[in-house]
Amino acid sequence: MQDKVPALEVRNLTITVPNGQSARVSVVRDVSFTVASGGTVGLVGESGSGKTMTSLAIMGLLPPGVRVDGGEILLGGEDLLKKTPREMRRIRGRRLSMVLQDPMTALDPSFTIRSQLSEPLRQYRKLGGAALDSAMVTALERVQLSAAKERLAQYPHQLSGGMRQRVVSAVALAGEPSLLIADEPTSALDVTTQARYLQMLRELQQSTGFALLLIAHDLLVVRHMCQHVVVMYASEVVEHGPADAVFAAPQHPYTRALLGSMPVPGETEWLESIEGQIPDVTEKIDGCRFGPRCAFVRDVCRTSEPALTPRGDNREARCWGTAEGGWVEL
Amino acid sequence: MLGHGRRGVGRTVNDPGRSSALRPEPSPPAQGAGSAEAPFEHLIELDDVSVEFRSGRGLLSRRRPSITAVGHVSLSVNSGQTLGIVGATGSGKSTIAQLIMGMLEPTAGSVLVRGRDLSRINSGDREILRGTRQVVLQDPYSSLDPRMRVGAIIAEPVTLGRPWLRRSEAVKTRVAETLRLVGLPPMKADLYPSQFSGGQRQRIALARALISEPELIVLDEPTSALDVSVRAQILNLLKRLQRQLGLTFLVISHDLSTVTFLAETVAVMHRGRIVEIGPTMSVYNTPRHPYTIELLMSAPTADGAFLNVPPVPATESAVELPETACPYADRCAVRMALGNPARCIEESPALEIVDDDHRAACHYPRETERIAQDIRANEDTELNRPASATEHGETP
Repeated sequence: MQDKVPALEVRNLTITVPNGQSARVSVVRDVSFTVASGGTVGLVGESGSGKTMTSLAIMGLLPPGVRVDGGEILLGGEDLLKKTPREMRRIRGRRLSMVLQDPMTALDPSFTIRSQLSEPLRQYRKLGGAALDSAMVTALERVQLSAAKERLAQYPHQLSGGMRQRVVSAVALAGEPSLLIADEPTSALDVTTQARYLQMLRELQQSTGFALLLIAHDLLVVRHMCQHVVVMYASEVVEHGPADAVFAAPQHPYTRALLGSMPVPGETEWLESIEGQIPDVTEKIDGCRFGPRCAFVRDVCRTSEPALTPRGDNREARCWGTAEGGWVEL
Repeated sequence: MLGHGRRGVGRTVNDPGRSSALRPEPSPPAQGAGSAEAPFEHLIELDDVSVEFRSGRGLLSRRRPSITAVGHVSLSVNSGQTLGIVGATGSGKSTIAQLIMGMLEPTAGSVLVRGRDLSRINSGDREILRGTRQVVLQDPYSSLDPRMRVGAIIAEPVTLGRPWLRRSEAVKTRVAETLRLVGLPPMKADLYPSQFSGGQRQRIALARALISEPELIVLDEPTSALDVSVRAQILNLLKRLQRQLGLTFLVISHDLSTVTFLAETVAVMHRGRIVEIGPTMSVYNTPRHPYTIELLMSAPTADGAFLNVPPVPATESAVELPETACPYADRCAVRMALGNPARCIEESPALEIVDDDHRAACHYPRETERIAQDIRANEDTELNRPASATEHGETP
């Protein structure tokens, strides 16, 4: 697997938005990560951490005014930032695809499932007639949607939230992309629906072999779905590494505090909370960007910003302190 | 550690706040508040309450089909306690909140506040009871009027209908005290909601609920719109305030961990009915209804084991079950494990005592409990996780 070209490689990506007359401010700063072919990477962060901007940049769908100011986005070795809008249109759907949080915005309420699903199949796989019909049923069965045949004639409002998200996934995967970006795919779903959807997604990924970039604010979802996790805070990667290692022994105080802030039934009297608020992108912070909220903050943290430094096998963290150095005890 | 520190600060700040002149009697002290005031009486009681919604008349048919949002729900909340309600979207959680707030009339049954039936009291008494209950909603972005200053928003429950109070020093002091109580600097009263972050807005919503010194606060998904790092602050704040002020909470959430953190008692709702109710840890450790198992298994947990979601035996398009059937029968994994006993189809189970205060609406609560234990025992051996090394506790 290591020899293969990774499905996605993001290198030193920086994205800026206009701030006032001539200034620009970065919403994504020097972000790098790799999704192996067929692998699963979780991108975790809170609102404003830059995770959605990162995914939109990969899709080539940044909103007007927002622009990539540096770095590379390599999809199967090709830099997407060098593609023309026309070329990007050909790549989206065929080689990379996306599932968003709200399935109702991804589906058109005035068209049947048939017409929404037939479009990508016709366009990307040049199917028609009986072959198209059977491909549509197969596509819905692959996302484990019951009564696939009858569903084709239905409209989005006739389906439950979980079923809609399955339809969206079927549409997204119709062009057999090598990478699927799922941006908070289950945040609008109930917990039981979420579990079944994620199970389906994992099974489907194992059988078809697409690489998955899962973007979520829920660490536990990422922990269960992903081999590798990238934690973002205030437009930067603060820690990344194999999911098991990161969750067992976080190397950044932010990751550690996030894990400590989740109630364990019957055991938690008070939660470990992170004081303060997430900084605004326009806010100027000297030193470590998590410093003002960090329980372990020291003088060095207030004056100079730490770089991502190696923390063992395939792991990095952006912190002046180290687990060994004494800021963290588990 | 942090929690304790903040708790201490809150205590000292709070004390002068309770002796305000706006309410004739000061609130009772935190410890055992309710029992001292009104022994043997539930603060809130729902007695066999049902709510049906009629949909509009069809174009061709004259029939107006009705939808049961809540069916035969009975529950009570004692003073100073926290009841949690969990369930999926559309299970009737928020309908219960509306009933208790008096925003909705039950189709059948009665809602009692301090033993008085809300649908039988006169408007004067209703006015008095109104101040006893407040609500905090999920989204602090839409629940606060963007054109009002925060101070005015918080003061509204006391100044509503009494505009002359708006400029009074007593109200201003109260607003300042309440802001301090929820951990915001009083000088922020002159700002607008847009100048606050999500967590701060939820504190403002909480301050607005607290100012009329209610006995009960309904918290409808109080933290689901908040970021993970802010959620813990608000949950700690809620717990601290409840202990400090002796408040009664009704916490509605789809998130079991939020409810287990705050509530001593939890009710699990499914399709408008309570399917299980009991002491939180008893429900968590020994679930007696298959739907509770489904909920527990679905939630990803912090301790690493990925809980297997039981497969859904049937789907939405499955054969229609007769009216008499248990409403959960069509997707019940326990029923399937027991070889589909006929009883589940013939008779809808009532909410019955399994032991002590723990009740479940299932014909086979003991079997359910056993199956839950089996699943839990398997978790340790069968880690259903992505293929990667699982050496825990190893520091690189």
